[in-house]
Amino acid sequence: MKYLELTIGAILVYNFVLSRFLGICPFLGVSKRLGTALGMSGAVIFVMTIASFITSLVYRHLLHFTIGGKEYDLSFLQVLLFILIIAGLVQLIEIMLQKLSPKLYQALGIYLPLITTNCAVLGAATINADSNFTVLEATIFGFCSGVGFALALVLFSSLRERLDLAEVPKPFQGTPIALITAGILAMAFVGFSGLC
Amino acid sequence: MNTIILAIILMAGTGLVLGVVIGIFAKLFRVESDPRVDLVTELLPGANCGGCGTAGCSDFAKAVVSGQLPPSKCPVSSSEQVSAIARALGIEAGESFKQKAVVLCGGDREQTMRLASYNGVADCVSASLVAGGPKGCSYGCLGMGSCARKCPFGAIEMINGLAVIHRELCVGCGTCVAVCPRNVIKLVPADAEVHVYCNSPLKAPAKRQVCKVACIGCRKCQKAAPDKFIIEGFKATVNYANTPLPTQEDVQAAGCPTGALLSAEEHLRIEKHDPEWSAEK
Repeated sequence: MKYLELTIGAILVYNFVLSRFLGICPFLGVSKRLGTALGMSGAVIFVMTIASFITSLVYRHLLHFTIGGKEYDLSFLQVLLFILIIAGLVQLIEIMLQKLSPKLYQALGIYLPLITTNCAVLGAATINADSNFTVLEATIFGFCSGVGFALALVLFSSLRERLDLAEVPKPFQGTPIALITAGILAMAFVGFSGLC
Repeated sequence: MNTIILAIILMAGTGLVLGVVIGIFAKLFRVESDPRVDLVTELLPGANCGGCGTAGCSDFAKAVVSGQLPPSKCPVSSSEQVSAIARALGIEAGESFKQKAVVLCGGDREQTMRLASYNGVADCVSASLVAGGPKGCSYGCLGMGSCARKCPFGAIEMINGLAVIHRELCVGCGTCVAVCPRNVIKLVPADAEVHVYCNSPLKAPAKRQVCKVACIGCRKCQKAAPDKFIIEGFKATVNYANTPLPTQEDVQAAGCPTGALLSAEEHLRIEKHDPEWSAEK
């Protein structure tokens, strides 16, 4: 039950893009075509899951420890350490993918470096730490947050593909109408609030 | 004080560990990439237009390096660029055949009747799906600019409801040819200057009812220069396979009664409503 709540919460109720307003940059930047949006979504899900797993391990075991009976709390290093770890991790994944799965590398390749310092990935790690999730909970939360991001991105890119063909008044063409659309989409997601 | 030292140790340690791990992985998982592919990719225009038939410039570079395609297959590169690639790889450049696209239709808003007013999605494919499109001639340019939006080189201008290709910008990649639902855009030899701006195979009276500048198949051009024009059904076309190709003199000698036979320059000036040109007429 707890995990179900975590899942639905991360995907719909507290959607990363539309409720928490994290990851807005790729949300607007790579949402012009459905194909690129899918590639980006895949990369985000992938990185978020692994990043959540590693950072929660680090948070629980590296930032709080006792030496000689004295307790040390280094959680002020949280953001710095998380960025360092996520950047290194993405780099590692990129190197490995290139060798192990060139197909996947071609699909995700250009998006992986984009995610390195993405606020959504860092956001997932920070939320994990603040909510004091266990490692398993954090990993599930990371994966579901990625799925939520993917859902928003795919919905939005499909809308934008349709918008390309619509007759939009001149002052609204391009980014303005995209922002209005994003706002309406976010309002629709408000309907999920209170679900859990 | 201890906290500060611990923090420094932790950060430096993490950085060091990550650095070492990445270094080891980079060695372990190194991919041997062919440096020639990068070299050729750099020499290519980088427009990723797909005119060569591959997915983009880097795919084309791979095909060239592996010997599947000759460098001249790139329709965008000039012959100097192609020979630079060939020289870099030490292979034959291959026969280069330059083409340019032309919209074989002169039916702008003033010349061709509209049967209906169309308020749907501003896209040629959508327009042609609605009862064959709003235009009286179901073979001519629809004028919604699908090709102009797709052109990776910005060579197509929509003038007065008609797509006109600027020859100096067109590289002949053929993207527009694939997009056009009416097949009114054709790839022709790059040095062809004169075209019959009509695509309708219908009989003359049917064409004349809807369009002022249709080719009525009167054969005047073919009588003036038998080798340079061919008549297909009820429409004349330039014989692009024959050299020399027709020139401005042939246009004057033929004296096309409807004005479908034009040089590309004349065509552009008419569509642009060049005042100088109107005065000459």
